[in-house]
Amino acid sequence: MKLFIKVERRDSTSIPLTIAVILLSLLIGFCLIAGLLAIQGIDPLFALGKIFAGSFGRIYGIGETITKGIPLILIGGGLALAFRAKFWNIGAEGQLLSGAILSTWIALNWAPHLPAVIVIPLMFLAGFLGGAVWGFFPALFKVRFGVNEVISTLMMNYIIAEFLNMLILGPWRGESRMGFPYTDSFPPSATLYQLPNSRVHLFTLILALCFAFLLFLLIYRTKFGYEVRVIGENRDAARYAGIDFFRNTIILMVISGGMAGMAGVGEVAGIHHHLTYPQMISSGYGYTGIIVAWLAKLNPLLAIISGLFLAGILVGGDAVQISLGLPAATVHVFNGILLFSLIMGDYFLLNRLLITIRRDRAEGRTGGV
Amino acid sequence: MESVIISVLRRTIVAGTPLLLGTLGEIMTERSGVLNLGIEGMMALGAVSGFIVTYTTGEPWFGLTTALVMGMLISSLHAFVSVKLGGNQVVSGLALTMLGLGISGLWGKPFIGKPLAVKMQPIHIPVLGDIPLLGEVLFRQDAFFYIAVVLGLCFWFLLSHTRWGIEIRSVGEYPLASETQGINVHWVRFSCVLLGGALAGMAGAHLSLSYSKSWTEGITAGRGWIVIALTIFSLWRPLRAFTGAFLFGGIFVLQYLLQPLGISPSFLAMLPYMATLGVLIAGGVKRERRRLQEPAMLGEPYVR
Amino acid sequence: MKKILSLKMEGITKAFPGVIANRGICLSIHSGEILGLLGENGAGKTTLMNILYGLYRPDEGTILINGEPVVLNSPRDSIRMGIGMVHQHFMLIQNHTVAENITLGYKDAPFFFPLREVEKKLKGFSELYGLEVSARKAVWQLSAGEQQRVEIIKALFRGAHLLILDEPTSVLTPPETADLFEILKRMAKEGHSIIFISHKLEEILTLCNRVVVLRKGEVVGEADTREVDKVALARMMVGRDIVFDLTRKKLTPGDPVLEVDNLTVRGDRGEVAVRELSFSVCRREILGVAGISGNGQRELVEAITGLRPADSGTVRVAGRDVTNSSARLISDYGVSHVPEERIKFGVVPNIMVYENCILKRHHRPPFFRGLFLDYDAVKEHSSRILKSFKVAAPSTSVPVKNLSGGNIQKLILGRELAGEPCLLVAAHPTYGLDVGATEYIRTQLLEHRERGISVLLISEDLEEIFQLSDRIAVMFKGEFMGVIPAGEVNMEDIGLMMAGSKRLEARGK
Repeated sequence: MKLFIKVERRDSTSIPLTIAVILLSLLIGFCLIAGLLAIQGIDPLFALGKIFAGSFGRIYGIGETITKGIPLILIGGGLALAFRAKFWNIGAEGQLLSGAILSTWIALNWAPHLPAVIVIPLMFLAGFLGGAVWGFFPALFKVRFGVNEVISTLMMNYIIAEFLNMLILGPWRGESRMGFPYTDSFPPSATLYQLPNSRVHLFTLILALCFAFLLFLLIYRTKFGYEVRVIGENRDAARYAGIDFFRNTIILMVISGGMAGMAGVGEVAGIHHHLTYPQMISSGYGYTGIIVAWLAKLNPLLAIISGLFLAGILVGGDAVQISLGLPAATVHVFNGILLFSLIMGDYFLLNRLLITIRRDRAEGRTGGV
Repeated sequence: MESVIISVLRRTIVAGTPLLLGTLGEIMTERSGVLNLGIEGMMALGAVSGFIVTYTTGEPWFGLTTALVMGMLISSLHAFVSVKLGGNQVVSGLALTMLGLGISGLWGKPFIGKPLAVKMQPIHIPVLGDIPLLGEVLFRQDAFFYIAVVLGLCFWFLLSHTRWGIEIRSVGEYPLASETQGINVHWVRFSCVLLGGALAGMAGAHLSLSYSKSWTEGITAGRGWIVIALTIFSLWRPLRAFTGAFLFGGIFVLQYLLQPLGISPSFLAMLPYMATLGVLIAGGVKRERRRLQEPAMLGEPYVR
Repeated sequence: MKKILSLKMEGITKAFPGVIANRGICLSIHSGEILGLLGENGAGKTTLMNILYGLYRPDEGTILINGEPVVLNSPRDSIRMGIGMVHQHFMLIQNHTVAENITLGYKDAPFFFPLREVEKKLKGFSELYGLEVSARKAVWQLSAGEQQRVEIIKALFRGAHLLILDEPTSVLTPPETADLFEILKRMAKEGHSIIFISHKLEEILTLCNRVVVLRKGEVVGEADTREVDKVALARMMVGRDIVFDLTRKKLTPGDPVLEVDNLTVRGDRGEVAVRELSFSVCRREILGVAGISGNGQRELVEAITGLRPADSGTVRVAGRDVTNSSARLISDYGVSHVPEERIKFGVVPNIMVYENCILKRHHRPPFFRGLFLDYDAVKEHSSRILKSFKVAAPSTSVPVKNLSGGNIQKLILGRELAGEPCLLVAAHPTYGLDVGATEYIRTQLLEHRERGISVLLISEDLEEIFQLSDRIAVMFKGEFMGVIPAGEVNMEDIGLMMAGSKRLEARGK
């Protein structure tokens, strides 16, 4: 008896299959994480239990999960749009910081003289603008000079992070901070309302949900979304169809960057109430957002679910780090493994394995997987 | 004055060596048609594993070997996903970066702040090392530099004058045609990704064993991405990689030179990243030339 | 390597998702023989030969060489057995030199400096078989005929005794075809076996000793070429009598719709691809542009449709200057375009049929109103196209990649004609399609000509050019070797013009 495995391309992919494959990929991912923790001499069941208890188990944990979910939903939606066009925006981290910086400028200079109703929208506008500018340049470099966007967006991340350091160590260092690298605290009119007993800044949460829906409409119902999808699926056909690659790329990166910029506003106005070190403002949201978008199959509405899920892992990861004394980078390990298992899962969405058992030349049985 | 020049040049060579190693590896990977964006992660893993082994055994060569093997091991993940499964190479490379940075953070935590007792000793090459200026700059470096130079020359020879070179280049240009000539495309690509991983691991080891002689989280500081830019800058040619790598080595040294002048250290830290952007944009002006040099099937999975 | 004295394929079956490409095929060949493999597009010829070359594994069946069963898991195995193949789409690396291409996979080349050895050996080969090529030129600098010679040399270098040629004449001018036949006959005399795949009857009859006919994946006939005639073969191949006689009504052409004046266009590598070309196409007229691909046809089409900038000269559509306008603007002015490489340019394989149906009109009413796309209107429009152009698709909500090549082409043609264009630029509209789809598409082109549109038809298929065109132009190295009314020219002249060795002007001008 011989076992044959034959790989075949699938004609179509059903929704139940997609869900099943994603869940299975995540399961396998968690098994791998457990294995790695076991190698480190950590009881994996305890650690994984801690992650879920920490993020979804208690009211405080749920609040934290939602808090971290807000930037992830915003960023994930924006990245979903960019990735649709196969524009690999890895710069959400920098776009977030850029948004945070510009809105901080509003908060520090205008907020003392204006009421919240004006300041808050202005800050979000400034945040969008900041992120948009930081998304605009890589798009311009790409369409004008053919610069690989992965590298340019990443370089822009490093540049803005250093720029932020320069600001908080130099001109923007708060007078009341006794030498600490913070700006002054934002005046009350530049801070967001937090739900009681949590750090959930409600306004940004609602904004994130609205934008997820708007982006969904944008991608699936508008001319722009149609063009973006055609560009991403087949750039030659897009050219043939007279779709303007230049214009569309610029617009989509302005939007994608703007979304991340607004996430930055939420962080400074909703949580910290001042500007500080880059790694304090964002715990790698820009990078985690990549997985959010990928897990959501580049659908901004699904990014709400995947954003909350990954926020849970971030929060749970923090809990594990504190209780087990692990370094902050542990979360990167989780992210990397999950992303790998998701891409491997895609293989089974596109292909079907036919396993055939043959007895020499006799007729065989065939089972599809 | 002369001693300042010598020291600057020496440090330029030292700072450029990891970039050269990484770039050479990525050139081989990309020539076979696979884009590996995971350099940053592979370098970090190489740095941490090289450091741990050297720290515990006291033998830098063991550390170097470990780093090389770890680079290969982790790159095999990318090779599997992008070559065997035909998955998305961009996303897989990013996953590799996250994983490499994560694992190195996890493993390296107990070693933060512990200086290395032993280090790679500089090797004084007889005769050549006695040439004034040049000898001190080029021929009294440690083994990493010599390895990088020798590998660079080997890769150039391999690509242009051997059968393997023709096979690797063909696989990156037109995999189906290579397959019809009896070449095992997956095997060639797999090996090239592993080769790239080994070199990235070695580049990482240089950072922790030779460049800074200690382990800190974030030791790679974006060098993995600079390497990818340098690969494009060198038009996928090993000999041109030398220029790019040592140019950027110079920019890293420049940071320290300018610091005493009272310029903000944050601004100086930006320099390599801005230079990277600058180099890519400048390359865009001669876009046609680059397009013709780029392996035609770079980033495209090959499934029969 | 033992010489292949005989080769047998027995009971070969190969299925792909949705189709059975080969079903129980048996075939044999012995040394010194030239075997023709005849069948229309999609009959399974290429699949069968890819199995023999080790690119596909058969689901069932065995292959015997000199009476012994062999397993061919990869081209490497086949090469070792002495099988060589010249693919229809050349397996040559454009950026590499001829010598580099030959060295690739040539196991006897020395490891270091392999090119020197290859270049030396190449000289001997060229003299033996009359195959002239220059070793140091890059492949992209060669003509199609020269590239094919490189392919044959590649196979011979590896010591191939059995050579498979897949549709080798589709890229050749008639004189080049004659040269190729001479070379093949000489090789057969030396004891090589040759399998010659074609759908052209005359070629099979002139070159081959024996012919095997495939239809829908099965062997439907086998004959000695001295004992059959064209009509019998054609009937075997198609399964019915083909009345390939399209009625082309005599029409008087109207005003010029497309006017090209002194147009010069550059190719991808900066070379001049179209050189100071001037011509016009009128209402109710089909201008057929014959010629071997790569003589500037693609650049000409792209310059007219706004996909490539013109260096100098003008393009006018219905009197309007559209030189270097955007593709969208030109399309809005009523220029439709059926592109070559339909999967690559013409459709977006992963999105739905209905979304593909508005590819160039999604920015205009009735599909785009205010902010959103009107998907009801889109779906209605697409089901209308499916119905009136007989596109066989399960529904409008399936990805286009699930459709067959013929149906995709009908979909593209339907989409391009739906907007009532004034000019249709059709590049190789029936390339690679089966007889049914080919006939349908040609009929549609003639019908729309009667309705008043003008057509610029680019084709390598001379039969198609003669069936459809009112006037025929032959393109060679970026120039027209003449533009002549269809009635005033014969096949031989066209052949000479395609090779660039003759220029003709229309009589009476």
